[in-house]
Amino acid sequence: MINVMSDLFNIPVYALNAGLSAIILGIVSGALGSFIVLRKMSLMGDALSHAVLPGVALSYILGINILLGASLFGLLAAILIQFITSRSTIKSDTSIGIILSSFFALGIVLITFAKSGLDLTHILFGNILAVPQSELTQSFIIMLVVIAIIVLLYKELLISSFDPVVAKAYGLKTGFYHYLLMMLLSVVTVSSLSQVGIVLVIAMLVIPAATSYLWTHTLIHMIVLASAVGAVSGIVGVYLSFGFNLPTSATIVLVGVSLFAVSFILSPKNNFLRKGLKQG
Amino acid sequence: MIEIKDLNVDYFGSSALENVNLEIPFGHTVGIIGPNGAGKSTLIKALLEVIKKRTGSVRVEGRDISEYKRKIAYVPQKNDIDLTFPITVKDTVLTGTYPNLRIFQRPGKKERERAEECMAMVDISDLANKQISNLSGGQLQRVFIARALAQGANVFFLDEPFVGIDMVSEKIIVNLLKHLREEGKTILVVHHDLHEVEEYFDKIIILNKKLIAFGDVKDTFTTGNIRAAYGASLGNVIIKGAGGAEYD
Repeated sequence: MINVMSDLFNIPVYALNAGLSAIILGIVSGALGSFIVLRKMSLMGDALSHAVLPGVALSYILGINILLGASLFGLLAAILIQFITSRSTIKSDTSIGIILSSFFALGIVLITFAKSGLDLTHILFGNILAVPQSELTQSFIIMLVVIAIIVLLYKELLISSFDPVVAKAYGLKTGFYHYLLMMLLSVVTVSSLSQVGIVLVIAMLVIPAATSYLWTHTLIHMIVLASAVGAVSGIVGVYLSFGFNLPTSATIVLVGVSLFAVSFILSPKNNFLRKGLKQG
Repeated sequence: MIEIKDLNVDYFGSSALENVNLEIPFGHTVGIIGPNGAGKSTLIKALLEVIKKRTGSVRVEGRDISEYKRKIAYVPQKNDIDLTFPITVKDTVLTGTYPNLRIFQRPGKKERERAEECMAMVDISDLANKQISNLSGGQLQRVFIARALAQGANVFFLDEPFVGIDMVSEKIIVNLLKHLREEGKTILVVHHDLHEVEEYFDKIIILNKKLIAFGDVKDTFTTGNIRAAYGASLGNVIIKGAGGAEYD
């Protein structure tokens, strides 16, 4: 199908793959990122995306599926962060800092063991020009799965994000939904490795969702608009990076943050023009 | 009946509730009063398993409370809720129907109608499409009461529902609580001061880490009990027969 489209639009296959994968990443990270932003877990999201690195390295060394290794380490990091916070008086941002950096360090060490096979730079910063067909298919499937989970468990995800105390009071297992989101986050991080890489995936999770938040009054609108903002950032970023020979992941992020900046100033909800300067 | 046995709760390492034993019969409006830090909200949260108990059991109608939770509506303090969340008034009220829906099941026409009825009961129908961050304290409290109503519960736990609200809202909520009691519902209310105690409640729990007293308002709301709970923090309190508490 990609070849047919490639002929149809007269675009080289690698460029089409890059564009499509950027759109897919934008959609999935916008949707998932909405929950990350609303649950005040942006820092946690950053930690998890870094924490999958040893999982990626180990999967490569052991020859197992990269999604499996990455989700395992992502979940392990989430559990350890929770463990440190609940078993001491150390605050969660500190335990996030500890786990983020130590998992990341472990990942770097493990990658040197994998030697020639893995390119650390590509994992950290992405290499969108080399998105193979198989990875594009995998990203597409992950997107469908994430959307399906959000649709099916919309009610539970909404109430456990909006009012976790009341959700718990009526018997909802809020812990389950926390770890479910952490696992999806790890999986999405893996699927975004080729496009933006580990370091900047947090930008795709947070920036479109925060941009959308400034314009919307319901969760469903926020999710849909965040996905749209993510997709637009992705495709425009890829286009600009090809056109001006810029690093793709950084360009995608900068396009996203420009949309955020415009929204910050113009959004009626934020009301910056009328009151922002006075507050400063 | 709600049966609380040997309830001990720790809060950040120190004891928040000690050896609370209580049997609260159904069908009453019960006020929970006590000084700041007495563990009033902690009691409610521990009953609902929102925070951990160190020891103790809570049974409702002879069964563990975890089997009864869907029939208990909880209205937390207003500032416990994220008011910046992108959600409208009607969707907030609709979440009250969630406890009665199965996993994967979405609220349908029946639930939407129920939410509309409940909004009408606290006179917020005209606010249906507003975002909750744009409401006054009193309107907000009515939204959360409407959400609790939508659950169709038998038991209501309210945490300081009268704090920071206007008189119109207070009147609407008080009348509604009376109406619920007439329907045979059980209502537990954490109450922040000693005014209106006799008007609002027919039983009270007086708490200061330990249970000081529990019983009918007319027998329990006495100078001695209030002194025992509040100690020196309140100065000289004298409870007069009909006028509630007075302090100097």
